[in-house]
Amino acid sequence: MQYARWPFYALIGVLFVTGLVMSIYRHLTFQVPFLPGETLTTWSIEARVEFTADNGPVKIKLARPSSQQGYAVLSESSASSGYGVAYLDNENILEWSIRQAQGEQTLFYRVDFLHDQLQNDIESTPPAIPPVSLAEPYLTAAEQINQQLLSISADSISYAQQLFQLLTTQQNQQNLALLRDEESEPAKLAVKLLNHAGIAASVIHAVKLEDGRRRQPLVPLVKVWQSGQNSVIFDPATGKRGKPQDMLLWQQQDMPMLEVMGGFDSKVSFSIIKHQETIASAIKAQQNVQQSLVNFSIHSLPLEEQALFKTILLLPVGALIVCMLRILVGLRTSGTFMPVLIALAFIQTSLVTGLVGFTLIVFTGLLLRSYLSHLNLLLVARISAVIISVIAIITLFSLLSYQIGLSEGLKVTFFPMIILSWTIERMSVLWEEEGAKEVVIQGGGSLLTAVIAYLAMTNEFIRHLTFNFLGVQLILLAAILALGNYTGYRLFELARFKSLVERYAGKSV
Amino acid sequence: MLVNPFKLASLGILGMNERNIKYIARYNERKLYPLVDNKLATKRLLENSDIHVPELIATIEHQSQINNLMTLLPSTGGFVIKPAQGSGGKGILVIQNNANPNFAKPNGSELNIEHLQHHCSNILAGLYSLGGKVDKAIIERLINFDQLFSDYSYEGVPDIRIIIFKGYPVMAMMRLSTEASDGKANLHQGAVGVGLDIANGQALHAVQFGKPVEYHPDTQQKLSELKVPNWTDMLELAAKCYEKTQLGYLGADIVLDVEKGPLLLELNARPGLSIQIANGCGLKPRLKMIEKQQQTRTAIERVLFSQQAFSLL
Ligand SMILES: Nc1ncnc2c1ncn2[C@@H]1O[C@H](COP(=O)(O)OP(=O)(O)O)[C@@H](O)[C@H]1O
Ligand SMILES: [Mg+2]
Repeated sequence: MQYARWPFYALIGVLFVTGLVMSIYRHLTFQVPFLPGETLTTWSIEARVEFTADNGPVKIKLARPSSQQGYAVLSESSASSGYGVAYLDNENILEWSIRQAQGEQTLFYRVDFLHDQLQNDIESTPPAIPPVSLAEPYLTAAEQINQQLLSISADSISYAQQLFQLLTTQQNQQNLALLRDEESEPAKLAVKLLNHAGIAASVIHAVKLEDGRRRQPLVPLVKVWQSGQNSVIFDPATGKRGKPQDMLLWQQQDMPMLEVMGGFDSKVSFSIIKHQETIASAIKAQQNVQQSLVNFSIHSLPLEEQALFKTILLLPVGALIVCMLRILVGLRTSGTFMPVLIALAFIQTSLVTGLVGFTLIVFTGLLLRSYLSHLNLLLVARISAVIISVIAIITLFSLLSYQIGLSEGLKVTFFPMIILSWTIERMSVLWEEEGAKEVVIQGGGSLLTAVIAYLAMTNEFIRHLTFNFLGVQLILLAAILALGNYTGYRLFELARFKSLVERYAGKSV
Repeated sequence: MLVNPFKLASLGILGMNERNIKYIARYNERKLYPLVDNKLATKRLLENSDIHVPELIATIEHQSQINNLMTLLPSTGGFVIKPAQGSGGKGILVIQNNANPNFAKPNGSELNIEHLQHHCSNILAGLYSLGGKVDKAIIERLINFDQLFSDYSYEGVPDIRIIIFKGYPVMAMMRLSTEASDGKANLHQGAVGVGLDIANGQALHAVQFGKPVEYHPDTQQKLSELKVPNWTDMLELAAKCYEKTQLGYLGADIVLDVEKGPLLLELNARPGLSIQIANGCGLKPRLKMIEKQQQTRTAIERVLFSQQAFSLL
């Protein structure tokens, strides 16, 4: 059966034009820029509070952030059906309350920050120094550290600086090791020691600003006061002075982050999204919250879903890359879209860790698989065995790298295990049937495709376009359809048929 | 390293993308694929026709049959175990003779019954079929190939691949197994491809791994002296497959058995493009010429037409 070709070209055209018009419309009416650079950055952070209610009145207090150096609060909102909400400004607290609630409850609080260099910190008064009661032998240890630090510091800030240096570089110092038994959390330990020395300090909490992250925990930091309202922040993880660039302070006082009265099992986690918009659209978006149907965009979804979509909307880019490499270049990969899945894993693990992890896992898996092949097992059993081996390998690598202190190694758990197992199985059959060369060709092809897809999917510009302009998806679809219609030679065929051309050239001479 | 694509186009070389879109998608209806993708279906289709196929000894569909595999195997002579839905020579096990209790492969190495059982269960589990679908295993009589070719083939049965477009044979090559290809005649496994003149079955050029060769790498026989006997019969056999399958763009694998004459080994709805390298010329001009033919012709008329139109000497 043959169909006329023109409706197909028309479809490609319609998709392309619709996508383009949608994007231009969005650009013009909502002033979303096409380039990521020329914009103001806003960060939306969503706190998700979960707990189980006791079947009675419930009151929840959640600490909320305020404007701070580099970031200004644009807007705040909360989603909580049936709950009364109060924003207590002088305490920086959000209060939810309800007369009667039962079962699992989920409440959302969302705040938008504008990245603003001009915004300054609001000064805060130092908290009263609580009395520190340390039992022996901890007291002696603390006192020895105190003496050591006093001798090499001039004031509270330099004292704190030396303390953090000690905490981060001399992990194994005897006194410190002892004190760590008493208080294992570095931030709390630091505050204890500072208070012991009569310096006002408190643990504060920050959110790490990373685009598209879900279910993130808070990061503890330490704030140290000099005389009066002068204060400095230290990061106990690195010992560095000053607020880390990519952190947003959520809670600046020593208070519980979340208090739930009338419920249990409470916890709070954060989702973070970065937007790039012009001021005009940031303001407009604020006014338009009500009419979100008109503004047909991902931005009308809850943040956690937005973060998820940020990744999903990148998949077509990966698919386009696979199409290009297969149709235009003729690269062979093992499994058509497996490289895209690997690329997704690379996004979580970072490129080098991902590449090393992937190669290690597949290689070790192949060795194990070659042993399994001597056992003459049925295929299903063999693949299952390979899956379990892959899990074992991943666990082993995580443990090993954690022991050596490479937290990067933990990220190998992001690899899709079932896919890895199939890859190993297919590769090992390929090895037996067609030799190591074919394994290298297809494995290399897969990795190369994955790396290129990774580079495209992490590109600032591409991320900006796919997330902010849904029309781009239609353009991508049009491109893929057009590629499916390409009848020219593949790049590799230019090499494959080389001997043919040479023979003709020889003849004509 | 690379050649100019316009030069390739001017030689009429067919590329993979163009083959897929302009020929396979256009002339091969999808619903007909199972007829050729499944070797059992092909055998059933050609039953009681004048296209002969290698004798089917048994099919294995269930794991339970594997346990009494011994009873299914022929007591004497050689046989071949292959996946019904395999391709490219994957999963094909050639047993030269059944020297109970061991089975000898063409290269002399011996397997025992457990090896065969394991191989069969891999086939059933879909290891060799497209997309890992569950499959059936076929046990087929070993082809006793014509001694004429014994000097040209190493430990395996040479087969003849003929591309048939709308029923016209357009290009042909002989594939000779080598030590590298392990008794199978699939090019990418290392078999030698020898282009054959459509007019008379005379060898034109030969390639292995995409590079020109003059002598068989294992037997050292001069390849240009190869000539296939009963050439017109063979082309006619291939041309008849068009009527049987209705597939417009088709690759037929034919072997020459001493007693039974030409046998159809398998049909292929996506035949490869290396045949152009083996023939030293492109497929496109020939396909275009056939596309222009309006008359309906019988198989033998089509063969005569092609022999006249595509002679190279
Ligand atoms: N019955 C047989 N006897 C001897 N050799 C065979 C037989 N069947 C297949 N072979 C060998 O295996 C090769 C591939 O077989 P074929 O049936 O074409 O499967 P595939 O679809 O995998 O190419 C043939 O070229 C031939 O060399
Ligand atoms: Mg074949």
